[in-house]
Amino acid sequence: MTDYNFAYLDEQTKRMIRRAILKGLAVPGYQVPFASREMPMPYGWGTGGVQVSAAVMTARDVFKVIDQGADDTTNAVSIRRFFERTAGVATTEATSAASVIQTRHRIPEEPLSEDQILVYQVPIPEPLRFLEPSEVETRKMHSLEDYGLMHVKLYEDISAHGAIATAYAYPVKVEGRYVMDPSPIPKFDNPKMEMSAIQLFGAGREQRIYALPPYTQVVSLDFDDYPFEASKADHACGLCGATESYLDELIVDDAGNRMFMCSDTDYCEGRRRAGHVGAQGVPLEQEGAA
Amino acid sequence: MYVAVKGGEKAIDAAHAWLAEERRGPEDVAELSVDQIKEQLKLAVNRVMAEGSLYDPDLAALAIKQARGDMIEAIFLIRAYRTTLPRFGGSEPVDTDAMACDRRVSATFKDAPGGQVLGPTFDYTHRLLDFKLAADGETPKAAERAEEPAPKPHIMSFLDREDLIQPEPEGADTPPDLTREPLELPAARALRLQSLTRGDEGFVLGMAYSTQRGYARNHAFVAELRIGTCAVEMDIPELGFAIEIGEVELTECETVNQFQGSKTQPPQFTRGYGLVFGMSERKAISMALVDRALRWKELGEDNVGAPAQDEEFVLYHADNVQATGFLEHIKLPHYVDFQSELELIRKLRREAMDRVPNQEAAE
Repeated sequence: MTDYNFAYLDEQTKRMIRRAILKGLAVPGYQVPFASREMPMPYGWGTGGVQVSAAVMTARDVFKVIDQGADDTTNAVSIRRFFERTAGVATTEATSAASVIQTRHRIPEEPLSEDQILVYQVPIPEPLRFLEPSEVETRKMHSLEDYGLMHVKLYEDISAHGAIATAYAYPVKVEGRYVMDPSPIPKFDNPKMEMSAIQLFGAGREQRIYALPPYTQVVSLDFDDYPFEASKADHACGLCGATESYLDELIVDDAGNRMFMCSDTDYCEGRRRAGHVGAQGVPLEQEGAA
Repeated sequence: MYVAVKGGEKAIDAAHAWLAEERRGPEDVAELSVDQIKEQLKLAVNRVMAEGSLYDPDLAALAIKQARGDMIEAIFLIRAYRTTLPRFGGSEPVDTDAMACDRRVSATFKDAPGGQVLGPTFDYTHRLLDFKLAADGETPKAAERAEEPAPKPHIMSFLDREDLIQPEPEGADTPPDLTREPLELPAARALRLQSLTRGDEGFVLGMAYSTQRGYARNHAFVAELRIGTCAVEMDIPELGFAIEIGEVELTECETVNQFQGSKTQPPQFTRGYGLVFGMSERKAISMALVDRALRWKELGEDNVGAPAQDEEFVLYHADNVQATGFLEHIKLPHYVDFQSELELIRKLRREAMDRVPNQEAAE
């Protein structure tokens, strides 16, 4: 790969992306237009996140990629390999060992620290998009702080279903100003967004970058009488027994029996290494023999 | 007992190896060469160059080979390569008046200075399968005639002389580059044309067709359609003048459309414009119709709410590399989001079920 620059993108492009990132950090929650490049993976596969990662990455970084919380999901593998190949950076599956973490749809269970960057892949950056299809209109709504439509939508949910019927990509308000799409993370993850690490959001196809500096106030939208609730499956992880982590549901046999396990594979493995065993699990050291 | 599933890496490697094998096909069939694709599937190569926004027949042919003939995949390969190339600068505007035309037809005038040339067109072929090609593709040489040296001025210029066609104001010196700056709306015409020329042929065709069927009808006549090669000149700052750096094959379509006028302004015809890399006349004509439909505001027409008039709708959805990526990404894992929906729907159902028996008990 000697024909390509470090981390694939040329330095001019990285500079352009870094400018957008800095602007995003200066105006938390504001969607900064940027000249997204075609990447060697398709739009919708995380091109925004990849461009942001490439722009912030240095040769000393340790890179981790998760998709659905897992390091071994095919697309996470593909993106990790892309940076191994184009940047030659060290990669890891351990959340605490990574300096840059690119994610699709999850925030790691383990709290992040000030020296880490979390990069989100974002499909539709505009939280108002499905209420108002026109970009011209939604930009106007943001600039006028006109979020009535969103509150009406949440209210209509309650009147129709008795609850706010949004389970993922649950809208948040940043520092009392911009309503922001947290990317399609489950709402379980929303409270974690007030964190010590820098959070960067890249939407490649839609050409937008936005950001949350550390310790930014991020409030999930709700009503006083219908407060926001971070929910998860009411089970424990079958492998490690965790009750506080977000769970995936697996259908394990033809009878349709279910099993729940941590979506964050590194978290689950860490717990199992520490000796926790769930109801359907085996101690980690025996797994190879199984 | 359950063992966590792993193996994404192995699966990817195996899938890539299989894909390479499938691309090659059975070994008792000769391998397709890039030259064969370039020379014998030229219209496919042209489409990949046009929508890939990169004029390089060799690379386009290679992309088609690598993509197993999947055009959008080939276009995507070219785009992903193009984006890594530095941009040295902009060329001078190509002078299509001086095009060496292989084809030049007008639907508005029976004859015009410079003459009409049908060129290598499918237009009047009978679409009967030629079974001879299955056995042997060799053909006798077509008759040749020396090119007439007469200049071939744009046919539209004759209407121009009579003030019958709406004049085109000079645009900005350097048009914005869609591939280097984010698309912001409203988009100037230069940007719209840029987007249309690299837009998906099928999408632009569908949009153009919708205008013909009445969704923002603009009564287009093809004033001129010309295909041929044009010199590309670039100003070299070190030299202080422009030099020819190569030539490109282009298809240009100019349409003359319904006139407008008012009590104070005499009526004039209006224009639509299409310019596409290679021999791509379906695309060039479509582009001209959609260009014209998108000009409703500057020409003082009503917005009748037709899709082809909505620049945001057209420009945001014309790019097939963006569209296919986003469309196909839904086959990637979404189980975290689906899980959250599962929990929500179970909860909502549980609450609804709890309410129903209570109601029954009350009745």
